[in-house]
Amino acid sequence: MASEPKALSGTAAARRSLLDKVYGWLTTVDHKRLGILYILFALVFLVIGGIEATIMRLQLVRPLNDFASPELFNRMFTMHGTTMIFFVAMPLVFGFANYMVPLMIGARDMAFPRLNAFSFWMTAFGGLILYSSLFGGTGFLNGGNAPDAGWFAYAPLTSLMFSPGHSSDFWTLGLLLSGVGSVGTAINIVTTILTMRCPGMTLARMPLFAWLNLIMGFLVVMAISPLTAAQLMLLIDRYLGGRFFDVAAGGSAVLWMHFFWVFGHPEVYVLVLPAFAIASEIIPVFSRRVIFGYPVMVGATIAIGFVSMSVWAHHMFAVGMNSNANTFFVFTTMAIAVPTGIKIFNWLATMWGGKIQFKTPMLFCTAFLFQFLVAGLTGVMLGSAPFDWQLTGLVFCCCALSLRDRRRNSLLHFWRLLLLVS
Amino acid sequence: MSKAAIRKVTTLVVHCSATAVALADPQRGPSSPTSIFSPASTPAQSIYGLSLFVLAMTAAVFVVVFGLLTYAVIKFRDRVHDDKREPPQVYGSSQVETAWTVIPVLIVLVLFLATARVITSVQDATEPHGALEVTVIGHQFWWEYRYPGLNVVTANELHVPVSDPAHPTPTYFTLLSADTDHSFWVPRLAGKTDLIPNHPNSMWIDPHETGVYLGQCAQYCGVQHAKMLIRVYVQTRADFDRWIEQQRQSAIASDAVSQGRVVFETSPCLVCHSVSGIAGNGQFGPDLTHLMSRDTIASGAAPNTPENLRKWIQDPSSIKRGALMPAFQLSDRQIDELTAYLETLH
Repeated sequence: MASEPKALSGTAAARRSLLDKVYGWLTTVDHKRLGILYILFALVFLVIGGIEATIMRLQLVRPLNDFASPELFNRMFTMHGTTMIFFVAMPLVFGFANYMVPLMIGARDMAFPRLNAFSFWMTAFGGLILYSSLFGGTGFLNGGNAPDAGWFAYAPLTSLMFSPGHSSDFWTLGLLLSGVGSVGTAINIVTTILTMRCPGMTLARMPLFAWLNLIMGFLVVMAISPLTAAQLMLLIDRYLGGRFFDVAAGGSAVLWMHFFWVFGHPEVYVLVLPAFAIASEIIPVFSRRVIFGYPVMVGATIAIGFVSMSVWAHHMFAVGMNSNANTFFVFTTMAIAVPTGIKIFNWLATMWGGKIQFKTPMLFCTAFLFQFLVAGLTGVMLGSAPFDWQLTGLVFCCCALSLRDRRRNSLLHFWRLLLLVS
Repeated sequence: MSKAAIRKVTTLVVHCSATAVALADPQRGPSSPTSIFSPASTPAQSIYGLSLFVLAMTAAVFVVVFGLLTYAVIKFRDRVHDDKREPPQVYGSSQVETAWTVIPVLIVLVLFLATARVITSVQDATEPHGALEVTVIGHQFWWEYRYPGLNVVTANELHVPVSDPAHPTPTYFTLLSADTDHSFWVPRLAGKTDLIPNHPNSMWIDPHETGVYLGQCAQYCGVQHAKMLIRVYVQTRADFDRWIEQQRQSAIASDAVSQGRVVFETSPCLVCHSVSGIAGNGQFGPDLTHLMSRDTIASGAAPNTPENLRKWIQDPSSIKRGALMPAFQLSDRQIDELTAYLETLH
């Protein structure tokens, strides 16, 4: 801790104080400061991800356009997807969790403050490594050496044969680092909630925000691990003579898909549960009503957590699994719609009979309810495998995904965001 | 609600209904050649029927929930002149909660059963005796088609016979890949099925109407994934048999273009391409024996005209940047002769 500077000339004192401040932020282990750092980090990358999306939209504005070359476009859609998931949405999720969970449960800080800081910086460095790929290769304006195998990086496109050079490695290494950060934060959240609640706060009395972040934490640990494993396997294939995904040597391209989507599906619940958490706090307050059906809200979320680990291959309906396997994943995917629907009904019932004040947070939450209703129903459509056989593969899903709202607290931002994602 | 608002909502409802009706009418012509709502083959038709059912059920759920949400937002707004007392606090209601658990479970069950039925009917259909078999091999960035029973090899433009719904004559595909993942997608004929190396997949179609059906690769496979297009020519049995006969002929050897043929044989062309009757067995690129029987080149990237063919040979990246065919720095005269030769390969 820097000691108070003694009386100095005005400028020197100001200069040292600024350095002290920056040093303070860089070395903080305070959960609130780390929460703010996560959110600022996410906002910066939101702008960058938005630029990448704009480049793609400009290329697609008319057929046979030549605004962006095929190489640049492929780098953009890879970077945009990776950025938005790992360096915008997840940091936002962790930022809010970091800031608010300890406050809500009456804890002084997170269980492991230094792990907390470490995790943030791992995420930040992961992002920096990924983005350092833009400067190299063909130069910045043509996308540099940025990864171009898609944010899902299917094998064997990512093998050395089809992705020579290091562009895929930037993807792998950046996400390996940020994955470590994510798991660290998740462990922190789970431990804090399970062990550091103030006396008298049983789990049954805990705010829903904390509950949903607890389940999110479990999901992160269970989901990021297979992704990290798959990425290590990819590195071993590329550089250490491995054959995990090398079909000519008996490896399997489908293996990558299973690993990736075992991560990828719980990941979307990692992203949406905190949004649910925020809605679950804001809607009761601005309806001046207690949340309707607290125990069922908890139960439904736990059910969602468990079932979400069993639906992953609905991302692989077109891959050629046999009809029994496809049918199983249709079943689990449809099943998860039930607890999710129950949560929407509970929010609706909270508002029903209340006195709703449409301040900005409530505007956002109402828009969220509408948008998530549509998005959730498109999930049911995609869960019907034959329909999915016509729809699968990004375009329909991207439109559906863009219908999930993000939390902000500014009226201007609300209308701008609504326009942006419409 | 004000009169203006009522008028707006009515217009909206009318437009939505019109769209729904239009979507549900399979008799109208396809709004686009790749519309998933204009099926022309049994798998696509089963999917279409199921999709209407799913859309109808999810639309019903949407209308109900959105209606309730809108009602709640309007009815339970905090009014300015209100007495500021807390509204009655409701912690739960077992009847309501049971109802909105049981009903979604039933809806989901119905959707699941309908879906399971279509999955089985499409994936587990037994291949009838004498069905046409085609092996599709996906390459970066073109399609190879082999008719193993008929000794025909071609590329990018698939020909199949039309199938009478009363006496179906489907075509069954075995899907393989020579390099990375691809996906075969002709929306009006069937759903997507991936081509994954070392993981053979199968699918089938039985197109009910003759015509050309368009499709594309549906699994990101590299830089020119976007221009890996599919054309399926559904022909009458007679026309199809004629096409097969023509494809089985050896390459036409015309003396007028012998110079071009020499260029073809002495340039690196034969490393990747084959022309029957010429020594060499290039498999990396499309078979060119009947190049002129195709409407497009470069897997649909450009129409098959002499100018485009010349442009393609001179510099493939001018038509399909990132295609795996290099430019071979041939002289203008060599390219002219080569093009003239290829133009005879009907």
